[in-house]
Amino acid sequence: MKRLTPVIEWGTLLLTTGTVCFFLVVILWDLAIKGAPALSWTFVTALPSEGMTQGGIFPAIMGTILLTLITTIVAVPFGISCAIYLDEYATDSWVTRLIRASIRNLSGVPSIIYGLFGLALFVQALHMGTSLLSAGLTLGLLSLPYVISTTEEALRRIPASTREAALAIGSTQFESIRDLVLPSALPGIMTGIILSLSRAAGETAPILFTGVAFYINNPTGFLNQEFMALPYHLYMLSTQHHAIEQVRPLAYGTALVLLIVVFLLNLTVFYIRHKHSNHA
Amino acid sequence: MHSYPVKLSSKAVNLWFGDKHVLKDITIDFHKNQITALIGPSGCGKSTLLRCFNRMHDLTPDVRIEGKFLLEQQDLYEKGLSVTQVRKRVGMVFQRANPFPKSIYENINYGLKINNIPKSERQGIIEQALKESYLWDEVKDELQKPATRLSGGQQQRLCIARAVALRPEVILMDEPCSALDPVSTLKIEELIVELKKNYTIVIVTHNMQQAQRIADKTVFMYLGEVIEAGDTKDVFGSPENDLTANYVRGRFG
Repeated sequence: MKRLTPVIEWGTLLLTTGTVCFFLVVILWDLAIKGAPALSWTFVTALPSEGMTQGGIFPAIMGTILLTLITTIVAVPFGISCAIYLDEYATDSWVTRLIRASIRNLSGVPSIIYGLFGLALFVQALHMGTSLLSAGLTLGLLSLPYVISTTEEALRRIPASTREAALAIGSTQFESIRDLVLPSALPGIMTGIILSLSRAAGETAPILFTGVAFYINNPTGFLNQEFMALPYHLYMLSTQHHAIEQVRPLAYGTALVLLIVVFLLNLTVFYIRHKHSNHA
Repeated sequence: MHSYPVKLSSKAVNLWFGDKHVLKDITIDFHKNQITALIGPSGCGKSTLLRCFNRMHDLTPDVRIEGKFLLEQQDLYEKGLSVTQVRKRVGMVFQRANPFPKSIYENINYGLKINNIPKSERQGIIEQALKESYLWDEVKDELQKPATRLSGGQQQRLCIARAVALRPEVILMDEPCSALDPVSTLKIEELIVELKKNYTIVIVTHNMQQAQRIADKTVFMYLGEVIEAGDTKDVFGSPENDLTANYVRGRFG
């Protein structure tokens, strides 16, 4: 029996890992097989036409990219600064503990609540209307707690000896963070950012009330205009369209494009991490 | 009585971490161009004391320090004296070599840069510091190599070079050899003895042989107090206190 235990332990772990991977592969395979026929140069560069049964999804791709960009601009600088403050400067008091608890709780808030909040604050109170900006800011808020927690985690992994080394040769606390701690923590921070952004890019609920549109015939995204986005377009094609069966291939195509966009985002991080680790 | 003037001293120093009284009424002198070893069992406060002299406790929450630390006549904790000024005069080498994740050259250059030493002088200072640390011959052809690829002993010598490059007056060393093999340790010890010509050195060590090999003076601490201080040969050869005698003879610790 004693000799069997490691085999059983090993087998169980392998089985669970295998199951998870199996489902992932099935989903990807299904999407690739059904989505690939829809993909073409026109599909990614043309406007939708004929009641969205023809043409492409260019406005939705642009919309998602611009939206992610605004989310980044909001979430990254604020998130990193906040994490640096919490991890490096703040003393352990009930105030900081309260802030940390709030951040943890915020990351558990359902995304539709963020949508409502964005509607109330950006769209109505701040008179931004349903627009790319309102939706971007809402998604920025949604990503903020994730960016803060993952950045804090990455900073915490940098040993105290790195900070002390810099301080001991007369650097200020700020210099030690800027020149040594942040660069060393960068790979971890980047991973956190990209995971949060990938998630934000695929969100539908928060942009539903704040700016996403069913259909627009104008590919250029202006900050004060409504826009199309891949996840919402997918939702619409699969449930709201008048000819659902007819546009099913387009829906799969859209899903595949969304996956590719997110995948490209992840690839960027791998590149940056790789470049950085070669540097050090 | 001493032929070497007092360089660094603490006067009636008490230190608490929270409620814990870690250093108790410590008054001690360190002499110029001498190596002083701080010895004592783990937790006796020797590293804590060492770190007071370059104010490494400044960012630690919950620490309370009373008493005076003097570098010659300068009160190191004087209001208005910037901590970076203190650390420029009092350098430190740590237990584990902690080179920056940068090139060998940048490891030393960084300190010069943040201390506003003009660019034109840096090249010379870096070369000088590496020579003083017995590292120059080993690395002169690969200054752009990442410092993390050096061996443990080389990394520690680089950390010494990094400290030396700023021309401090005192170098504090916190068990600099505890993570090194015997050969690297001997090399660093040789280097430390060489460095005392230009610097005042305070070294924390757990290694009794090391203290006897390199230190001119030895201070024995126990439970936050200085039990005995004096010339190394006296502290080891004819200790006045029973605790000291038992410790240096390896009966506890």
